[in-house]
Amino acid sequence: MDTASLTTSLIAALPEVFLACAGIFILMVGVFSGARATHTAMLLSVAALVGALVLVLFGPSRAAFAFNDLFVNDGFGDFMKIVVLGAAALTLIISFGYIRREQLDRFEYPVLLVFAVVGMLMMISANDLISLYVGLELQSLALYVVAAFRRDTLRSSEAGLKYFLLGALSSGMMLYGMSLVYGFTGTTSFTVLADHFAGQAAAGQELWLGALVGLVFVVAGLAFKISAVPFHMWTPDVYEGAPTSVTAFFAAAPKVAAMALVVRVLMGPFGAWVEQWQQIVVFVSIASMLLGALAAIQQTNIKRLMAYSSIGHVGYALVGLAAGTEAGIRGVAIYMAIYVLMTIGTFACILCMRQKERMVEGIDDLKGLSKTHPLMALALAIFMFSMAGIPPMAGFFGKIYVFLPAIEAGLYALAVIGVLTSVVACYYYLRIVKLMYFDEPAEGFDRPVGREVGAVIAGTAVLVLFFFVAPGPLVDGAAAAADAFFAVAG
Amino acid sequence: MIDALIVFLPLAGAILAGLFGRALGDRGAQAVTCGALVVAAALSVVVFIDVALGGNARTTELFTWFDAGSFELSWALRVDTLTAVMFCVVTIVSAVVHVYSIGYMAEDKSIPRFMAYLSLFTFFMLMLVSADNLVQMFFGWEGVGLASYLLIGFWYDRPSANAAAIKAFLVNRVGDVGYALGIAGIFLLFGSVEFDQIFGAAADYQDTVLTVFGIEWHALTVICLLLFIGAMGKSAQLGLHTWLPDAMEGPTPVSALIHAATMVTAGVFLVCRMSPVFEYAPDALTVVTYVGAATAFFAATVGLTQTDIKRVIAYSTCSQLGYMFFAAGVSAYGAAMFHLMTHAFFKALLFLGAGAVIHAMHHEQDMFKMGGLYKKIPLTYGLMWIGSLALVGFGIPGLGVGLAGFYSKDIVLEAAYAAQSAAGGFAFWLGIAAALMTAFYSFRLLFLTFHGQTRADQHTFDHAHEAPRVMIWPLYLLAAGAIGAGAIFYGFFVGDGRETFWNGAIFALSDIIEEAHHVPFWVKALPMAVTLVGIALAWAMYVWRPDLPAAGARLFRPLYLFSLRKWYFDELYDAVFVRPAWYLGEGLWKAGDGALIDGVGPNGVAAVTRSLARRASRLQSGYVYHYAFAMLIGVVALVTWYIVTAGG
Repeated sequence: MDTASLTTSLIAALPEVFLACAGIFILMVGVFSGARATHTAMLLSVAALVGALVLVLFGPSRAAFAFNDLFVNDGFGDFMKIVVLGAAALTLIISFGYIRREQLDRFEYPVLLVFAVVGMLMMISANDLISLYVGLELQSLALYVVAAFRRDTLRSSEAGLKYFLLGALSSGMMLYGMSLVYGFTGTTSFTVLADHFAGQAAAGQELWLGALVGLVFVVAGLAFKISAVPFHMWTPDVYEGAPTSVTAFFAAAPKVAAMALVVRVLMGPFGAWVEQWQQIVVFVSIASMLLGALAAIQQTNIKRLMAYSSIGHVGYALVGLAAGTEAGIRGVAIYMAIYVLMTIGTFACILCMRQKERMVEGIDDLKGLSKTHPLMALALAIFMFSMAGIPPMAGFFGKIYVFLPAIEAGLYALAVIGVLTSVVACYYYLRIVKLMYFDEPAEGFDRPVGREVGAVIAGTAVLVLFFFVAPGPLVDGAAAAADAFFAVAG
Repeated sequence: MIDALIVFLPLAGAILAGLFGRALGDRGAQAVTCGALVVAAALSVVVFIDVALGGNARTTELFTWFDAGSFELSWALRVDTLTAVMFCVVTIVSAVVHVYSIGYMAEDKSIPRFMAYLSLFTFFMLMLVSADNLVQMFFGWEGVGLASYLLIGFWYDRPSANAAAIKAFLVNRVGDVGYALGIAGIFLLFGSVEFDQIFGAAADYQDTVLTVFGIEWHALTVICLLLFIGAMGKSAQLGLHTWLPDAMEGPTPVSALIHAATMVTAGVFLVCRMSPVFEYAPDALTVVTYVGAATAFFAATVGLTQTDIKRVIAYSTCSQLGYMFFAAGVSAYGAAMFHLMTHAFFKALLFLGAGAVIHAMHHEQDMFKMGGLYKKIPLTYGLMWIGSLALVGFGIPGLGVGLAGFYSKDIVLEAAYAAQSAAGGFAFWLGIAAALMTAFYSFRLLFLTFHGQTRADQHTFDHAHEAPRVMIWPLYLLAAGAIGAGAIFYGFFVGDGRETFWNGAIFALSDIIEEAHHVPFWVKALPMAVTLVGIALAWAMYVWRPDLPAAGARLFRPLYLFSLRKWYFDELYDAVFVRPAWYLGEGLWKAGDGALIDGVGPNGVAAVTRSLARRASRLQSGYVYHYAFAMLIGVVALVTWYIVTAGG
């Protein structure tokens, strides 16, 4: 690789390069400033994430392909990177108070999260099975560690270990699938794979069963990352066991990145095989929606509840992907962005659940919140209504944007099941509202709530509540993102 | 512009008092609503002079309301003589009632709410009378129903008030179904709901038949009967009248405004407004005549025995509405509107006077716990005399001099006689009988309340006091109307000036009123004669020999009970409609809804969901190898699926 093309490549990956360098810099700051550097490291990390966000939005124009086509820049990647960076920055902001109070304030925490985000950006922009795997593993390794970040408690260590073991299994399956695909096609490049399969489909040839099996394994590995059923089993345990701020992070940024990866793999190299992978996606989507709706009913721990809730939401987002159309992909992008907003807002509320200097996680602890913390109760009620998909909250529009393409694509059963499960899911979302507004107050939560958390709760609540006033920017952005696949294919 | 001001000033008052009542305070809310109504009343008089006397009818289009396919509808104010008369009646009575309420409701907790409801009602009523199409009229029609519901149930902490409000609402729904079907029929036939187009085309459709259920019906008759069912509900005609007496649970000013002067006359207004259509449906008019006459008679008989002062007046209202309907039924629409107008004055006066009595007696409404009050509240006493004399139609037939009711009731009866039909004769004789009873119960009310030894307990009697000036002054205005309205407007409404006065706002194929002027003298004298008999009877029974009523009640016990129990209408409806509906409802609820639908549906689904939820969460064992196993099963299942489908 000559200097000129290296320069072009480095500029093409400028946000990633910047964030990686920033991560190393923050690590140095932490190492050389001792234990008290956590606060600085946190601030610097937020600044680094915002800086990367600015680079994505306003940085120099980046080439479409870089590093010998291992890396791609397109509208879809940019949209997803913005969502991931925003989600990561917000989850870092709301965990400021939490990690201080829970004695988790070690500078490695923000550094690990920054590296995880670098991995996510890499996998969003992956244009090759190998670069995909490298990005994914960078992300996963960082997350294994933060899941077990509270080494002195059994639940956190158990969560980290479980996540690591099952993650390793899923990586193994994915690698095996990749090897099958490579074995049958002789390439790992998405561009070449896409051309190859498109040519094969155009010629009316049968596709190789071996490559199809490879695809199944790859999808299984990816489904693990988005915690889609039946690869979801780790989610409730890890969500419950990990420190709450880590759970908030898990629920937001990696979900978006993994969903972006699923979309990229299925729509990119395997775009010609829509009818084949549609079956997997439909099955996984229905299973996720059903399990997310049903299993959450029994939960008493709010973090476990959120785990099942996120499984359900992934199911809904997959409805859009199952359609396989431009409108469907736009729906996925919109749904993930709205999901991130709701989730971060809800976790910001959960991070405020402290009684007598101790974190509480029971759903019953929310009883009578409207009397002790009226504003927080209002915000949480907005998030719950939105997650339940009740108009005019943002969540309702998210569901509309994924269900309509599915209906247009003729996937009636999928849409009907989706609507039915969202009715079931209403039960546990609205139960929280009922507890907050109609039950006698339990012991109130500690004050103060913290300015930065309050601001995040208020901001996300306003966005969720008033999304319908100006849905334009998000919908247009998502449309541009979805256009990326169809412009290339067309 | 001025028309729109009249209609929307009360709405503005209602919004201000209703939404900003707390900021305005009681005084502010009263000032805003009363001010708006007084201005509206003054403007109405201006409009009346311009439109009715100046012959300057017009329609002002405000904006297009619907525009769906061929169905285009504007919101317009049609102001002709009919509307101008109603404008005056509604706004003047409403203004009086607003001011009166300041005194009557002084001790209430929610004055702004009350004033807002009153103004809201007035707005809807004005909307109703100024409509230029049936749909807009329906809007006002339902609006007054709503406002009436809110006002009857104003004291919502009283169960009886709530029950009465619901009853009024439900009974009116029956009528409204008829009205709505009538509108649909008109649209089906005429392709429009605008008055101008309907009236212009009515003559073309006089022989049209509709085939419904395989039977041929005369189209206009069906439509008019449906509209009349709506009118019966609003105007409490026989069969749909049961809500009106119960509605007396509302505050007395409400009774005066809604249940005497304005809303209950909406049915009469509807028939007069639709006169160009009704004229081509003679069978429907016959029905209107019979129903009106029967109501006039029926309500008068019930009024004879009631003991609650407001219920007597309520049945009297019901009876007088019957007069208006049978006047319209014999095509004497001018006479009907004339009686509507005079009745509004003296009946509002009677209600508000009764309110002053009730106020004096600390909310005692039973006439048998009053008596001898004339010394205590002489002003109210005098006003009640004027109202009663106007109601019974006191006057001198030969000279043609009398109070308001004398002119209007006599022209109504003369028109019924002049119709020279079976229905007209029926209406005339029942009307005469009702006039006798009207005189009896009106003076029974006066004698029981104001004369003789008091039957009130000593404390209440000693503390009986004249109402404050804010309640008495408005009554003078009504009293003036009750005395003079008949003499002044006789010439315009039904006299020689009627052609130019109505200016085409009402339409009759034959000029029945002209014939009514030429009936024999005994027809003109008979109402006054029976009225004097009625007054004498009342005097004999309640002043001269107070033991007579009890003896009479014993002697004619079945008749007495029949009247006292209001012809057993409520019992009949309870047995025929309410109980079966209740049993059916309970049966459906317990067997159908509870066992079948809930059991299989919501509860069954919920039970299945719960058990599924338990199983789903039991899958979550916590063992890593279980989780790994689940993942592998998933992959194997998917791969198998593809090998079977793609390979096979």
